Amino acid sequence: MRIAEHWINGAVLIGIAALPLWALFIDEPFTITLVTRAVILALAAVGLNIVLGFGGLVSFGHAVFFGLGGYAMGILAYHAQTYTVLDLGFFTTEGTKSMPIIWLVAMGISAIAAFFIGLLCLRTSGVYFIMITLAFGQMFYYFAISWAQYGGEDGLSIYVRNGFPGLNTLVPIQFFGICFALLCLVLILKARLQRAPFGLALNALRQSEARVATMGLNPMRIKLLAFVLSGAITGLAGALFADLNRFVSPAMFSWQFSGELIVLIIIGGVGRLMGPVIGACVFVALEHFLGGLTDFWHVYLGLILLGIVLFGRGGLLGLLTGKEGAHV
Amino acid sequence: MSAILIIEQVLNGLQFGVMLFLMAAGLTLIFGVMGLINLAHGSLYMVGAFAAAAVAGATGSFLLGLVAALAAAALAGTLIEVVVIRRLYAAPHLDQVLATFALILVFSEGTRWIFGSFPLFLEIPDALSGPVTLPGGIEYPLYRLTLIGIGLAIAVGLWALIERTRIGIQIRAGENDREMIAALGVDISRLYTLIFALGAALAGLAGALVGAIQSVQVGMGEPVLILAFVVIVIGGIGSIRGAFIGALLVGLTDTLGGVFLPEVFKLFMEPGAAQKSGAAIASMGIYILMGCVLVWRPTGLFGARP
Amino acid sequence: MSDAAPILETRHLSKSFGALKATDDVSITLQPGEIHAIIGPNGAGKSTLIQQICGALRPDTGNVVLDGRDISGLSTQARARAGLGRTFQVSQLCMEDSVLENALLGAVGAQGAAWRFWRRALETAELRATAEAALARVGLSDEAATRCANLSHGARRQLEVAMALTLRPRAFIMDEPMAGMGAAGSKRLTGLLDGLRQEAPILLVEHDMDAVFALADRISVLVYGKIIATGSAQEIRSSRAVREAYLGDAE
Repeated sequence: MRIAEHWINGAVLIGIAALPLWALFIDEPFTITLVTRAVILALAAVGLNIVLGFGGLVSFGHAVFFGLGGYAMGILAYHAQTYTVLDLGFFTTEGTKSMPIIWLVAMGISAIAAFFIGLLCLRTSGVYFIMITLAFGQMFYYFAISWAQYGGEDGLSIYVRNGFPGLNTLVPIQFFGICFALLCLVLILKARLQRAPFGLALNALRQSEARVATMGLNPMRIKLLAFVLSGAITGLAGALFADLNRFVSPAMFSWQFSGELIVLIIIGGVGRLMGPVIGACVFVALEHFLGGLTDFWHVYLGLILLGIVLFGRGGLLGLLTGKEGAHV
Repeated sequence: MSAILIIEQVLNGLQFGVMLFLMAAGLTLIFGVMGLINLAHGSLYMVGAFAAAAVAGATGSFLLGLVAALAAAALAGTLIEVVVIRRLYAAPHLDQVLATFALILVFSEGTRWIFGSFPLFLEIPDALSGPVTLPGGIEYPLYRLTLIGIGLAIAVGLWALIERTRIGIQIRAGENDREMIAALGVDISRLYTLIFALGAALAGLAGALVGAIQSVQVGMGEPVLILAFVVIVIGGIGSIRGAFIGALLVGLTDTLGGVFLPEVFKLFMEPGAAQKSGAAIASMGIYILMGCVLVWRPTGLFGARP
Repeated sequence: MSDAAPILETRHLSKSFGALKATDDVSITLQPGEIHAIIGPNGAGKSTLIQQICGALRPDTGNVVLDGRDISGLSTQARARAGLGRTFQVSQLCMEDSVLENALLGAVGAQGAAWRFWRRALETAELRATAEAALARVGLSDEAATRCANLSHGARRQLEVAMALTLRPRAFIMDEPMAGMGAAGSKRLTGLLDGLRQEAPILLVEHDMDAVFALADRISVLVYGKIIATGSAQEIRSSRAVREAYLGDAE
């Protein structure tokens, strides 16, 4: 069975939009929340896929950006809800409950962190890169645990979801709409980026770094920018995820989450625009249905994953379109 | 701050370091010879700890527990090498990461299935419990001192194995040129299984030994695994000597940083804040160490230059 | 010819790996319009020399000069921008992409266009024009849509040359372009390189002696990292030192 990839892509997006509407119709708000969760995870994985799928850089530390986005939201909203002042020395603020501002801060912080982490990690490659990104994730995790001011190990609860002008974000379908619109926006940007000269260079970099340098292009700068873009998108997803749960905790920084993000991409198909989206939907569905059947659903997830790695490269999209994805 | 406290903390750091070395040695051997990044190494550590706790609990013998840990981890290592890992040697790093990540999920949840979510406890044997008085009148737990001894003995043993035996020659040859040693008639797949099982046994032993001073629970392996990664990144991937130096550096930095940084901060901050920020910075200490080493030498202290 | 200022020059390049002197005081020039071939037995240090010229390896001492400017301190990418068009011994192409996309990468590099994020590279007229002109020059226009992995070995060699061409280099550095080619392919590529010297001189490292003697204006012989002779094909053929190095006879 071979289906053109853009038909599948369209069908998936329509399906994601239709399911919550149907859930709204039959009054099943939990389903809306479930789909929203899938959309946010998809957004995080789309971010990771820029470096992993197209750049060939296996970052095992993207939870850092997810967590930073989450804590950017948590800290701003915490100060707003407790009417306390956040004093950074050079700048003071009373926090905010406005989503657009929180998103900008989340993306900005994540981008800055990605710049410095990238500057260090991208000096290395291959296995070193994997291990070092993993280690950086752990560093942020332990820092969050020991940062008592913002809840330490227990995390921070935000009592009311942050606001978006003109919408009531507490209504699940409206919050879903915001997340879905952001995902679509990022997918469009990503699709353009992929075929633009920058995407061409990034794609070439995965295949031969020597070639890219010989063409007069600076490999380090291209990788670093890709890493920063990737971090910013995953950071945005982190802020949304925190708003979905109205809670942030060090678990957002955990290495397991970094691993799960990679898994999402692999389930869907590496280096494909919609791979992470499909992967996230499948992952959330598995988590929901297998998790409902047994407490030990991770065993099955592990076995499925082993099957994919050992026998079926290309993920679900590869299976449906009959093409293998990019080799990383 | 007294000299006794400092010596005590240095010993704690050494003890932590040599246990990290047991983990890191296996990882670095497996990467150096087979080119494989094995995330499931932490699971083997956990398997060792659970096997030791279960057997020691049933028989009352700590020694039998250790034997069980070695056997169970080596067996589990051999099993996954033959069933899964073997297919990954030539695969891209991403596949290795994913498959071994999948193995973690299976091992962790499988263990939870069998033993439940509550931690098990492994008792320190009577002969080794209690403190011992060191020269200078320092009281130090005998068990921890024994761990340092075991760790150092294994480091020497590994060095002898690699430098002085036939297997060692094959291992060193395998690092340099796989085809060549295959052409010389060495059964490469048996060699690989053997190395993997050896690495697994070391991890299992570390799990059992540390299990007696911490609790034995699901998920205990991964934090240690990531620290072991930091160790071999610092030491240089593939280098046993690098793993040893790196492990001691990480062990000492982590232990001493956690104790002394808050004290240092108290010199110029009020005590409460100093305690908090000192602890927060100390938790990042080894990663900062890693960052510095990488800026200086991107392939680690003893890694091969590209 | 040797009166004009050289386009590319190495001055006293030396590089050692431990006790091994891979490059030993190598000074060569590349004059406008010429093909200067470097030949030598295996292990003579030809690849090491090329890597030092192109920036992949740092020499221990000595300089690389392009158009009178010392480029020894520059990175690989900066040297490419300065005008070095390199082809690789083992093809370094993006195998998953089409021939045109590979050539476009060269155009992106040539025009410093990597920081564009919106318009499709394929639909950007000036990039496409550069890429297509280069493909036409090497005779690959008909293969533009072919996936690189499906190209014949010879066509990959041609594409390597096309990618170097997109940079409009001041000098070509070609590392064994004939390697692994059949007789017919070799001949076609020889014809191509022959015409190319008008655009920029070529420093040609090559094993294929037929091609070298057919193409080279000057030949330098590299043995154990040292240039032992430089001259015309005739001079090299009759040189005693070269006979010694290759045949090991002292007659």
